[in-house]
Order: sequence, then C-alpha cells, then structure tokens
Amino acid sequence: MSARFVVGVDLGTTNSAVAFIDTQAASPAIEMFAIEQLVAPGSVEKRPTQPSFLYLPADAEMKPEQLMLPWGQERGGAAIVGELARNHGWQVPMRLVSSAKSWLSHAGVDRLSAILPWQAPAEVAKVSPVEASARYLAHIAAAWDHAHPDAPLAEQDVLLTVPASFDTVARELTVRAATDAGLPHVTLLEEPQAAFYSWLGNAGDAWRHELAVGDVVLVCDVGGGTTDFSLIAVTESEGNLVVERVAVGDHILLGGDNMDLALAHTVRGRLEAEGHKLDQWQFASLAHSCRTAKETLLSVGDRDTAPVVVLGRGSKVIGGSVRTELQRGDVERVLVDGFFPETALGDKPRRPARVGLRELGLPFAADAAITRHLSAFVGAHRKATAVLFNGGVMKGRVLRQRIVQTLDSWADSPEDDLKVLAGTDLDLAVAHGAAYYGMVRRGKGVRIRGGTARAYYIGIESSMPAVPGIEPPMRALCVAPFGMEEGTEAEVPGQELGLVVGEPAEFRFLASSTRPEDHVGTIVEDARAGDLAELVPVSTTLEGNAGEMVPVTLRSRVTEVGTLELYCVERGGRRWKLEYNVRSHE
Amino acid sequence: MRLWLAIKCFFLILFTRRLPAEAAMLLPAEAMKGRALPPQEAELVESPPSIGGVPELESTQPMTAPILKAATSDGNGAAVQLLAILQREGRLLDFLQEDVDAYSDAQIGAAVRDIHRGCKKALAEHMPLEPVLREAENAQVRVDPGFDPSRIRLVGNVVGEPPFTGALRHHGWRIAKVTLPSPARGTDPSVVAPAEVELA
Repeated sequence: MSARFVVGVDLGTTNSAVAFIDTQAASPAIEMFAIEQLVAPGSVEKRPTQPSFLYLPADAEMKPEQLMLPWGQERGGAAIVGELARNHGWQVPMRLVSSAKSWLSHAGVDRLSAILPWQAPAEVAKVSPVEASARYLAHIAAAWDHAHPDAPLAEQDVLLTVPASFDTVARELTVRAATDAGLPHVTLLEEPQAAFYSWLGNAGDAWRHELAVGDVVLVCDVGGGTTDFSLIAVTESEGNLVVERVAVGDHILLGGDNMDLALAHTVRGRLEAEGHKLDQWQFASLAHSCRTAKETLLSVGDRDTAPVVVLGRGSKVIGGSVRTELQRGDVERVLVDGFFPETALGDKPRRPARVGLRELGLPFAADAAITRHLSAFVGAHRKATAVLFNGGVMKGRVLRQRIVQTLDSWADSPEDDLKVLAGTDLDLAVAHGAAYYGMVRRGKGVRIRGGTARAYYIGIESSMPAVPGIEPPMRALCVAPFGMEEGTEAEVPGQELGLVVGEPAEFRFLASSTRPEDHVGTIVEDARAGDLAELVPVSTTLEGNAGEMVPVTLRSRVTEVGTLELYCVERGGRRWKLEYNVRSHE
Repeated sequence: MRLWLAIKCFFLILFTRRLPAEAAMLLPAEAMKGRALPPQEAELVESPPSIGGVPELESTQPMTAPILKAATSDGNGAAVQLLAILQREGRLLDFLQEDVDAYSDAQIGAAVRDIHRGCKKALAEHMPLEPVLREAENAQVRVDPGFDPSRIRLVGNVVGEPPFTGALRHHGWRIAKVTLPSPARGTDPSVVAPAEVELA
C-alpha cells in the first residue's frame, strides 16, 4: 500500500520548505507544512520556512531547557536549527554553520569531515557538510513526526530536491544526509524541474495551450546563495506532448545575498563620507535594511527612493539610528548593471587570473554578472522560447524584465516573443512542485523526462614516458550519457580492464554538462580539454587471491532515487561496486 | 479587554509601582491588604575587587525586580510574551522608553518606519486584528436592538430606543485570533529583552 502523504522537501541553501499532499483527503491538495522551530531562546513557533542555519552554542550560553523543542532535543544535542540560529548566529559567526549545501557540492574539501563552521576555533565542536544537512532534515522530520504522530515522515513518500547542477557525488551525499537523518527512502528531484512541476500543477490542463511543440523553457532560478539554470523542451511523441529536461547549467555560487552586500557596501561608503562609522553589527543590519529597500524599489514601479535605516544598537533606538536613502539609480547601477548587465550571446563569464595558491573555501563565482553566466549556458546549449522564474531574487520586477530583454535580444528573429510562465510562488514553488511530482510518480500528471543531468566518464591515462612538468594525456571513456533515465543500466562496450585482486583500484572520474551527444563507450581523446570537469575518484577493492588479474568491464546504473552507480563486472558474473572516494582529494 | 488591562497593569507597575483600580478590584480583598509593593532596588551589586591590573568591571548581576513576580506569575504571562515579541521583532519597548522630545520629527520618522514594519508583522502573526464593524468609516450604519455595548459605543445624541442609525466614526478593532507560542522555557518571565554583552 502506498504511503498516505506525499511530501516535497526543498532543502535550500538559505531556506528550507516542506509541502505535502494528504492522498486520503476528500480532495487532495498541496499544502505547505509550517515548521516548528526555536525563534528565541526557549520560544518555539511555527514558520513557513526553516532557515538553513545551524548554531552551535557555547556551554553556558543558553540553558538546556531553552533549547528544548516540543519533541525534545535537536539531533546531536545542544544545537539550534532554524530562525534562532540565523537571527542570533550572525552576531557569533564562528559558531554558525551556513551554506552547508554549497559545501556539500564542493569537491575541493573532504565533505565527510567536520570542517564547519569554516575556520572556527578548535573549541567549537564542528560538523561535516553532510552532518549539517542531516541535522536540517532531522529537524524537519522531527517537526513532521510531532505534527503527525500516526504517519512518521520516514514512512511517507519523500521527494527531496537538489540543484540541477549537483553532480552525482553531491547527490549521493544528499541521500546519505537523508539516511543519517532517519529518512532512508527519499527520491531526488532537480529544483528547476520542481519549479516547473509547480507551474504544471497550477496550470492544470491549460499548460497545453501555453506551450507548444518546439518550445524550450529556461528555468532561471536565482536564490539567496546560488544560481541554477535548466532548459526544458516540449516535444512530441506518438501524438502526445512530451516534456524533457535537455540541459542543466553548472553550479554558480552567486545569489541575492551577494546583491544585498553589494548594496550595503555602496551605502556604507556614503555613510562613512558623512562621518558615520559602522561597526560589524551595524553593517549586517544595513545589509538587511538594504534588502528591504531593494525589494521596494525593484517591485514598486513608481518609487524613486527607499529609506535605509540602521537602528541604534543599544536601547536608544532613535538616538543611535543612522538614516540614508537608497535611490533607484543606485539599485539600477549596482544590481541591474552589476549583476544583470546587457550581454550579447556568446559573452563568457570573466575568469580572474589564477593565483598560484588559492585559499580554500567556497568557490564563489568570480564574475557577478548573472547574464554572462546565462549567455555561456544558452550558448553551450540552445535558445529558450519561454522562461520560468524561481527564487527570491526574481521577485524584483526590474530584474525579471532585464532577463526577458536579454533573452529577447538573443532571439533569432525579432518577432519571436518570449513567453513568461507565471503563477508560481517564487519562494515555495520548489517544495510545492516536489509534492506535485510525488503524485506524478503515482501516475497522475505529466512527467518531465530527465535522467542524468550530465554525462559521466572514467579517465584512462595513456602510458607514455614521464616528462617532467607535463601531465600525461588522459582519455575519457563515457560510462553514462546525459539524460540516462532512472532505473536503467548500461554496459560500457569495448574496453576490458585488467584489475589486480586484493589491491584498491582507483579511477579518475569526470563529468560534463555540455556533451549531450556522447553515448556509452564514446572516447574523448583529450579529457583535459576543458568541457570535462574532474570529480572525486571512484575506487573499489576486489576480494580474492592477491596478485591475480581479473578482466572486467564497466557497467553503470541510474537508481530510482536519482544517483549513479558504477560497477566492475567480471565475465563470470561477479560484480564490484565502485564507491565515490570523497575523502581523497588534492 | 483583559489583555488591555494586563498591558496597562504591566506598565503601571513598571513605572508607578501601583496597580490600576480595575485590576485591584479583581484581587481578593485580603490579597491587597498590607501588600505595598516593595521599592525597586536599583543599586548594582558591588563589583568584584580588581585583580592584577585588570580594570574594575561592573558585575553583570542583574537588577532584582521582585515586583514583577505578581505581574507574570498568574495568567499575565501572555502580556509579557507579547511585549517580548514586539520588542524582538520591532524594538517597540526601546521606542516607548526613549525620550522622543530630544529628536527631530525626521529622526523619529526614520526610525519609526522600521519599528512599525516589525511590530505590524508581529501583530499580524500573533494577534491579527479586524474591524468590529466592516462598513467604511463615516458611512451610515444601523444599530439593532440588543446590540452589545462592549462592541459598539454610542456617542452624540443618544435618545430613544434602538434601532439607531448613525455615522460610523471609528470601525473599532477586535482580535481575530490569538496565536502565542507556549511560554518560553527556562527564561526569567520578567525579562522582555535580555541584556547583550559583546565579547571582544
């Protein structure tokens, strides 16, 4: 029997949301689940979203009973997840874990070791990016179970969203976080697809009038910390409209938070010229005030200025306050021209000159121009005829207009009018659409054909004499093509590899988001050419008589959950799973 | 009305150290007898002696405020809670406690926008308000026989028997629903905003 509830969980970089459908209700509808969380020490309230922040308090900082939730303690003991973590934690950054999701997809660090809060002093009990994500999910699960004692979340159909740009390793780690949080049976769904499902769900059958065969929808998702693009094409098969996700972009760490900071820096310069020196607290408060002013100026058309006020920090709220104004011109210069400049198709994001030693940390986008990232994405794939916006930043009407103008200017002929798909909630569409997808999986509604968001390769180093200073060339063998569907397997033809039993075998593992034409067995001669990105290695150890050599072929499988598995298969039928080696990195 | 009384009690006790008459009436007679509220103790506890060149610091021993026990222990917790929320979300108490005469209208106006936004949001969340009468102000309305005087107050030429017809001067406010979180655990019920100490 299928579960009573279908639950969509949007585990966001800065905010998480949960939507659900009670399939046993008289008329099942998608509802949002308000999440109980600490909003002040000792004070628990429901909120429509759960800020994705984890605060690790010092021993005497709060009393244990102030951290108690209606269902007991937070997973992992004295810790705070949600609104209080965010609102208190920015004043104590060394104890605050933020953007755990961006760390989860960052191959440059060991994602299973306790590294967050990044660069925190030794006395703070750090957590790994996987553990932080597990705690957010565990909090959601506990809040759900508290509200539904007869229907624990672990027994429901849980759809968990991930950025389309997450590679299979980051997806695997997300599943692992869910398992650690007591949710062993989740299904993954890409966020832009979820947003599109939300639109489909709202439009009902009318979607067939809005989109036609040949339409390509750009899902433009700009959230607090990340920007994510996907293309979804409408095609025809046996007389039916078919919706297919045809391209996904790379992970871009650039979002609304960057914009608020950019505005705050502009305003700070002006305030300092007037003789107001702002401390760190006031600056953070200024960034918050800039966000409010930005939202006013970007969405209300007839306002030319919006006040920016930093209230006094002490009890003198008026006396200590600093006031200035944000002009429409500021917002247009800093945000529209800074983050969304007019861009010709073919422009590429600017890359900074490589410095020999780069500081480890999150790989933030070097170029703040979202339109240039978009140009690179569209240039590598195909042009869009429609756009669906998602993410809080896209609430800004002026910013949406700039994207629409830019896409229009790239159109083949000026008569082609870009369709703007409307009707979704920019903050909640992902969770909403994930719940809708849960029903689609039960056979109710249109399904987006997706499959793997990238093509995956095993690197084969060619044997040649070592030349100092020159890396030996590497060829790449495609083991899973772009769009390989969930629940399918593929045998990699041709290559037979000799593996030594009893010793760990390790393979270079690569991915590309721009080679949709490759199929299983395709060999890329120069794997370092640029459109392949190296992921963590995959490895396995074959048990058996040491020293023996076993000829194997490779086999790939995309699970129903949405992760990629690789196997070495011996002719006799024995198979060994290759594991992602997230711990070994340079 | 009870809530208003509770808020009024709170401020009167806080500032004048007396209970309003309406509240005193609600207490049993013997409870009021001989129970003058103790004076507020405002002195800080003595600072610890300085050690080895470290400058003397003020101890963070809080001011003791036993008078508040009466206000917070018996059902008025909700009032305190609401004040704490309005302070947290909109800094309302800082604003009310500040001497506004010292500032220009522009200075006050600038701060009030933020305070107003925060408090309005908190109020909408915890005690959403709606008009008692839905008609537009200054419209002619009819007051039927058997009307509830606590909902409708008649002013002006009040003669004769209902139904009355008159102009709606103020549409009134009623609380649509109260959603306060369960009382904060482990917190001093008299504290509506904790002191904040930044460690260097």
